[in-house]
Amino acid sequence: MGEPVLERFKPRFWDNRFADSGPFKRLFNFRRIWKLAVLLTSLVAIIPLFVLAIFDLNVTRHSAETQINLRITKLVSNTDRTLTFFLEERKYALDFIVNSHSYKTLSKPQKLAGILESLKQTMGGFVDLGVIDATGEQVCYVGPYTLQGKNYTGEAWFQEVLERGLYISDVFLGFREVPHLVIAIKHENPDGSFYIFRATLDTDRFNQVLSQIELIGQGDMFLINRQGVIQTPSTYHGNVLNILDIQVPKYSDYAQVFNKKNGRGQALIVGYSYIKDTPFILMNITRKNELMRPVYKTNLLLVGFIAVSTTLIVLVVMGVATRLVNEIYNADQQRVRTLREVEHSSKLASIGRLAAGVAHEINNPLAIIGEKAGLMKDIMMVEKEYPYQDKLTGLVDSILASVERCGAITKRLLGFAKHLEVKIEPVDLATVIRDVLAFLNREASYRSITVTTDLPEDLPFFESDHGKLQQIFLNLVNNAFAAMSNGGALEIRARQKPDEDIVVTVRDDGCGIPEADMERIFEPFFSTKKEKGGTGLGLSITYGLVQEIGGTIQVESELGKGSLFTITLPIERGEREK
Amino acid sequence: MNAIRVLLVDDEKEFVSTLAERLLLRGIEADWVASAEEALEKIKDSQYDLAVLDVKMPHISGIELKRMLHEHCPDMQFIFMTGHGSEQDFHAGSSEAGAAYYLVKPVHIDDLMLKMNEVLDRER
Repeated sequence: MGEPVLERFKPRFWDNRFADSGPFKRLFNFRRIWKLAVLLTSLVAIIPLFVLAIFDLNVTRHSAETQINLRITKLVSNTDRTLTFFLEERKYALDFIVNSHSYKTLSKPQKLAGILESLKQTMGGFVDLGVIDATGEQVCYVGPYTLQGKNYTGEAWFQEVLERGLYISDVFLGFREVPHLVIAIKHENPDGSFYIFRATLDTDRFNQVLSQIELIGQGDMFLINRQGVIQTPSTYHGNVLNILDIQVPKYSDYAQVFNKKNGRGQALIVGYSYIKDTPFILMNITRKNELMRPVYKTNLLLVGFIAVSTTLIVLVVMGVATRLVNEIYNADQQRVRTLREVEHSSKLASIGRLAAGVAHEINNPLAIIGEKAGLMKDIMMVEKEYPYQDKLTGLVDSILASVERCGAITKRLLGFAKHLEVKIEPVDLATVIRDVLAFLNREASYRSITVTTDLPEDLPFFESDHGKLQQIFLNLVNNAFAAMSNGGALEIRARQKPDEDIVVTVRDDGCGIPEADMERIFEPFFSTKKEKGGTGLGLSITYGLVQEIGGTIQVESELGKGSLFTITLPIERGEREK
Repeated sequence: MNAIRVLLVDDEKEFVSTLAERLLLRGIEADWVASAEEALEKIKDSQYDLAVLDVKMPHISGIELKRMLHEHCPDMQFIFMTGHGSEQDFHAGSSEAGAAYYLVKPVHIDDLMLKMNEVLDRER
């Protein structure tokens, strides 16, 4: 099915790789021209399109990524601020309590329980409160555990709060398996003594704050501690107190964003921020694909557009190339036909000339026979009586009749050659040569042959045969082309000699003629390129033509360096000035 | 009336000698030579009314010979013969001497006689 359809669209030149006949067989390879035209034109049209498209895709993607990073950074740092504020609020509340109550008051369980109650009511989330003296012993505790009297001297957090004045703990599962965290502050009295005030908070309020944040894309925002343990619930990355599947990011003073692939190869955008004075790191993890979806959509549109335009460009280029190459093909076919006609008519001309030559040669002896027989008849008429009179008269008459018959035949032969004869008219040699060169221009340019002419402006018009001159130069230039390799140089000069004859030289830098062949090159059927389809008639016909218009032709040649043909054209036939 | 004196010039000796003999039989004083050079010698000591010239001859062609002879004997008339019978010769011949004075070989003796009379009649 596919083949016949292709067959139908196949242009005429496709299978005809070379113009099929004539001496210019390999002038064009149409398939190659077509392919080259399609390839080059398509590339020139498509490459900029692709380059622009790729450039655009990259720029769009890069700017989208930058924008997304910026948004995430902003979100993370804003959330960081909110959380910091939330924790500071709690800390200030504790500060307020220790500043507004004496150590004594706080050491009383009833008082402390009252404070816890009012904290629960006003701020919420407080689970217990404790007061720890300088020795590390919990002197007062209100809450669900029995921690009264517990000593914390050996605990790391106790050392820290002593050193820094503030301690915020990791999240841990405390009372009823609910996640909690601890805030502890150190209060120094004016007399230099100090105690620690400690509160446990459940993380519900904390989680609430996080859940109120409006996320970008299908993001996931939660806290981890510095060991990578998840502190608040995450949607996609595990429960509280699980270890996060992503390495803990490096410390930074500001919110940061980086790209990462998770275990399933999904690209993630990770934003994070170390929350000041706490063990927490705020994480915002988003799937990159989700965020980039609008960009991908635009890109897909662009790719679609490129595909459609590329197809269109290629189709149009192919159509135009096919059309143009077909035109060249047709023109070339026409040229080959014309050349074939010229060749044919020059062959005919040589046959005509041969016939005329034969007729002419026979005519002379025929005239002699005629005259001799005529004289015999004359003598017979003078002499009255001689033997076999009737018989001899009959014989002579018969000879005369035959001579007449032969005469008629030779006249007819000469008549056949008549239309091939010289047609004399005023001729401008420069025009003739330019016409011939115009005819061969394409072959010359195709084979990068440089043709230079030196035709003086003041060459006179002279009486000669336009057609024959054309044929002469066509043959000579063709011959030169056949002898030259690609990139050769051909030079045609014309000069008027002092004796007024015109001398034209045709010089090529081709392969030259071996000395042994020099004498024979004008002989009919002598050819050095028989295997390439030479008939061996070109130069002999040229020779005949030059003679017919009364000129002479000479050749000089050096093997491997080129040949020089010199044609002398007579100008005596009623020369006329331009 | 004197006999007509004719000079025949043709490089084919056999042809021109026989033609001369036949003209003699018809009462015409015909001399023949086989080249233009001989013809130029011949007219130094003889007078002719008419010259019959072959167009194609070696060295000097019939047309050129006519011009030379005409210089020496302005009254002389001319008839051309040619074995070629081509347009070229025809044009050359006719432009020189007119179509009436042009014959194609093989020449029929009666045609030649007729042409000779025409030429000489016209001259008189």
